[in-house]
Amino acid sequence: MIALIDYGEGNLGSVAKALKHVGCEVQMTNSPEVLQAAEGVVLPGVGAFDDCMHGLEKSGLVDPIVELIATDKPFLGICLGLQMLFDASEEGEKAGLGVFPGRVVRFRHDLKIPQIGWNQLTKVHAAPHLEGLADGTWVYFVHSYYVEPEDESIVATTTDYGITFCSSVRRGNLFACQFHPEKSQAGGLTILDNFRKLASGT
Amino acid sequence: MLAKRIIPCLDVTAGRVVKGVQFVDLVDAGDPVEAAAEYDRQGADELTFLDITASADHRPTMLEIVRRTAEEVFIPFTVGGGTRSVEDIQQLLRAGADKTAINTAAIHNPDLVNEAASRFGNQCIVIAIDARRTVASDDLGSNPDADITWKVATYGGRNMTELDAIEWAVEAAERGAGELLVTSMDADGTTAGYDIELLRRISERVSIPVIASGGAGHADHMYDALTVGRADAVLAASIFHFGQTTVGEVKRALAARGIPVRL
Repeated sequence: MIALIDYGEGNLGSVAKALKHVGCEVQMTNSPEVLQAAEGVVLPGVGAFDDCMHGLEKSGLVDPIVELIATDKPFLGICLGLQMLFDASEEGEKAGLGVFPGRVVRFRHDLKIPQIGWNQLTKVHAAPHLEGLADGTWVYFVHSYYVEPEDESIVATTTDYGITFCSSVRRGNLFACQFHPEKSQAGGLTILDNFRKLASGT
Repeated sequence: MLAKRIIPCLDVTAGRVVKGVQFVDLVDAGDPVEAAAEYDRQGADELTFLDITASADHRPTMLEIVRRTAEEVFIPFTVGGGTRSVEDIQQLLRAGADKTAINTAAIHNPDLVNEAASRFGNQCIVIAIDARRTVASDDLGSNPDADITWKVATYGGRNMTELDAIEWAVEAAERGAGELLVTSMDADGTTAGYDIELLRRISERVSIPVIASGGAGHADHMYDALTVGRADAVLAASIFHFGQTTVGEVKRALAARGIPVRL
């Protein structure tokens, strides 16, 4: 069973449908007990950093999430679900979950903001989630901010939009991406299927 | 790098896709979900459903289409047509739409843009603008020094207002629109090309993405919109619906001319 965290701030429907499409049994939840019992956990997130952190805090999920990440339970973070893993964001005032040292910063150039559309992944470090995906795989982004991890060894892929920025991170069984795999057609569904395999131990 | 986007638009009424030129001779063209899946297979970057049903009790039908589409198609899709309120937007997003396009309702109540952007995030909010030149012209190409004015139309283009289209575009962006969908009433349905000057002037005044709409008949028209017109994406209906070309064909033509596209 894959637990999909429902804290009022994610595009749950799309993520749930895509996970189900690749064969996951999905339970939407904000219960720490369900998170603990799950084989894998997905943290979605769209919108603003502070609103999302506030949603997690209000649901009492901050400590449970940090703890389950510490046990290396298979974890997939999407969009704000990647950004919240860091210390803080230029977008808001609140602290993030602080799982990874680093900041979230705004694109600072004269290209259109948000970055909306399809862009490509350059693989930097291996991740089981990227199995079967070639360099240059197209995925769908919609964001104005990106993460700057202090530890470069967690950077799984980079993408170019004015600058070369970190588009996903991996550490152990954790993978978190700035793009939306549930909206990225074949490439995205492959990532979700790889996550499913990792979570079910196959 | 970020690709330019090709977005087929499907007009839907009473649960069916319709084809037609300027709302004349509407022909049933099948199930919207099947049409969406076909465009997805052709390589569409996103899809837009435009609900053109006149009556107010169409909403449950449209929501059902949204739900079924979200189950089968894993690319972003936008739903527009008759979206009047925050409640309408919430229903569409909950049913599985990724973005909603708002037109008339935002012009009547501009605060709706701020409210919707703040409540759902600006990435979900596309402000659609139907614009018509005050002086008709056969030349819709680039003309930076020309004294041209465009006014905004409401109610699917049927009602002209006094609102300046460029100024409304700037205001909508300031109020929190995530993207602008700019349709030229002069070009729409002609398949003779987009209104390049309209696109160019709006794109240079706003820092959010602009989607060009109205007039596509050929990949070269899209090329002009994406270069001189500075658009980030192109919406097209007639060019695909009548089977003259496929999404794949226009993308390959654009790629051959150096436009970054997802292939």
